[in-house]
Amino acid sequence: MKKRFKYVASTLMIGSVLAFTTACGANGGANSSSNGEQTASEENQQLQGEIKIDGSSTVYPIMEAVVEEFGMNQPGVQVSVASSGTGGGFKQFIAGTTDISNASREIKDEEKTQVEEAGIEYSELKLANDGLSVVVNKENDWVDSLTIEELKELWIDSGETKKWSDIRPEWPDEEIKFYSPGTDSGTYDYFNEIILEDEPIVEQATLSEDDNILVQGVAGDENAIGFFGFAYYVENQDKLKVVPIDGGNGPVEPTHDTVESGEYAPLSRPLYIYVKNESLKNEETYEFVKFTLENAGALSEDVGYVKLKDEEYEAGLSTIEGLK
Amino acid sequence: MKLINHDQVLKKMSPRKWKNSVFKGLFMFATALALVVLAILLYRIITQGIGYLDWQFLQSLPSRNPEQAGIKTALIGTIWLMGVVAPVTLILGVGTAIYLEEYASKNKFTSLIQINISNLAGVPSIVFGLLGLTVFVRALTLGTSVLAAGLTMSLLVLPIIIVASQEAIRSVPMELREASFGMGANKWQTIVRVVMPAALPGILTGTILALSRAIGETAPLVVLGLPLFLAFLPQSVFDMFTVLPMQIYNWTSRPQEEFHAVAAGGIIVLLIMLIVMNSIAVLIRNKFQKRF
Repeated sequence: MKKRFKYVASTLMIGSVLAFTTACGANGGANSSSNGEQTASEENQQLQGEIKIDGSSTVYPIMEAVVEEFGMNQPGVQVSVASSGTGGGFKQFIAGTTDISNASREIKDEEKTQVEEAGIEYSELKLANDGLSVVVNKENDWVDSLTIEELKELWIDSGETKKWSDIRPEWPDEEIKFYSPGTDSGTYDYFNEIILEDEPIVEQATLSEDDNILVQGVAGDENAIGFFGFAYYVENQDKLKVVPIDGGNGPVEPTHDTVESGEYAPLSRPLYIYVKNESLKNEETYEFVKFTLENAGALSEDVGYVKLKDEEYEAGLSTIEGLK
Repeated sequence: MKLINHDQVLKKMSPRKWKNSVFKGLFMFATALALVVLAILLYRIITQGIGYLDWQFLQSLPSRNPEQAGIKTALIGTIWLMGVVAPVTLILGVGTAIYLEEYASKNKFTSLIQINISNLAGVPSIVFGLLGLTVFVRALTLGTSVLAAGLTMSLLVLPIIIVASQEAIRSVPMELREASFGMGANKWQTIVRVVMPAALPGILTGTILALSRAIGETAPLVVLGLPLFLAFLPQSVFDMFTVLPMQIYNWTSRPQEEFHAVAAGGIIVLLIMLIVMNSIAVLIRNKFQKRF
């Protein structure tokens, strides 16, 4: 009897140690409900084929939703979506193994050259908007807004430890704790493009690929500052304080409306898909991309992003129309 | 002359007893600590995820709506992956161990191999992912298929099986082999009929550890570019697939709290799979352990 217990115990131990690694990230966050929205499509014709998608993990939830809906109408089309990051996605795109590449930033010049060298023509289509949100701790009562200059001063490495009083003299004489998304993410790339401009990020910054870790970091330290996608702020509003950003026309807080209207600048970023033109010649890929553009607005709202203006989706639709 | 000085013994008795109880307490504390951590972990995962665990969860595809999200493709994919990893690692791993222990002559070359195998066990898994990407996915053009991922995972866990099997084979008493030779058996017959049955429990322990690692690994599969969302199931080892840990990881990194609970549901399924797999190995082990 005792022996059996030992076996059960040791089995449980081995199992749980392995599960622990996967379980670590599963906490934090606030309540919200995302309601499934029905998207009707009048497709009668049943298509066959295969579509491969890879790229940004930020865009992944939108594509997951699109594929889910598309699959209900077109079960014959085998769509696979991977999420190896914007950069990783472009590597696959350049290698020619994917039809569509998700990106949370524009294609870089060096990637552009490589795609062209590989003889692949592509179209860039916008899917949704995301407002990069700069957040501080709930207890932080001194920061009421930040200008772009101040953001640069905060985040660019100066070789010294930074205190809040270094930014504005009336702020407390406390060391600032920085939390940033990992350097592989499109979020970091976008922040780099707008704020860092290829200067090194402040050395004390804690970098994590998991934005929920950043949320916890900022929520747990009065002197912390961090940035990440709008959805992570919205889900954790009760734990974080968002900082209005002054891009030159007075401080603007990221909200659904200010991101949609483009008023929240320059930290609003568009999310893209890059489609191989050759694949668009296949009817199933064309129909899929068309379906994506027609439904991206509603579906991106569902998963926590902000929809584009209708004209922008129409512009995308007319782009692919010409490539059919 | 008195052989035992009773005063002396009495004087030393209490510190000795005290020392014994201190160490007993220390070891009990170590065990208890592991059990407490385990209990907290299980409690958290189960209370968080149990609400999502139903038949529909196992039967559905991932969804943007946490209530409807499921793990069908990931669960089936993980089973397929194990279907490739288990036979490949067992055949290659046990084969290597038998060669190194029974056939190879003990020289500098074999000890070099030995050191390298032990070192391989400590190589970060992502390195194996990069190797798999270059060799299996790209060079052999297997794509992100079950076979490519299975072979990559096999490479990752092979050192564990080899080292464990070697230990097991080494611990079979020499007398058993000599008796077998004495009865006129040749080397092959001795290995198959004497050494292997005796070493099997140890080999299975190694297999449990190795497969448990393979089932929970995410990093190398992410490097291979395995998809996360698939609306179809693999029909052969050359088809695309996805696995549970990748799906769980994706859910934990979502902003919505509900997805973290869905992830916990996935973790419970993964845990159950692990326990079932391990129990099978433990049962086989117990059956054979009675022979010696």
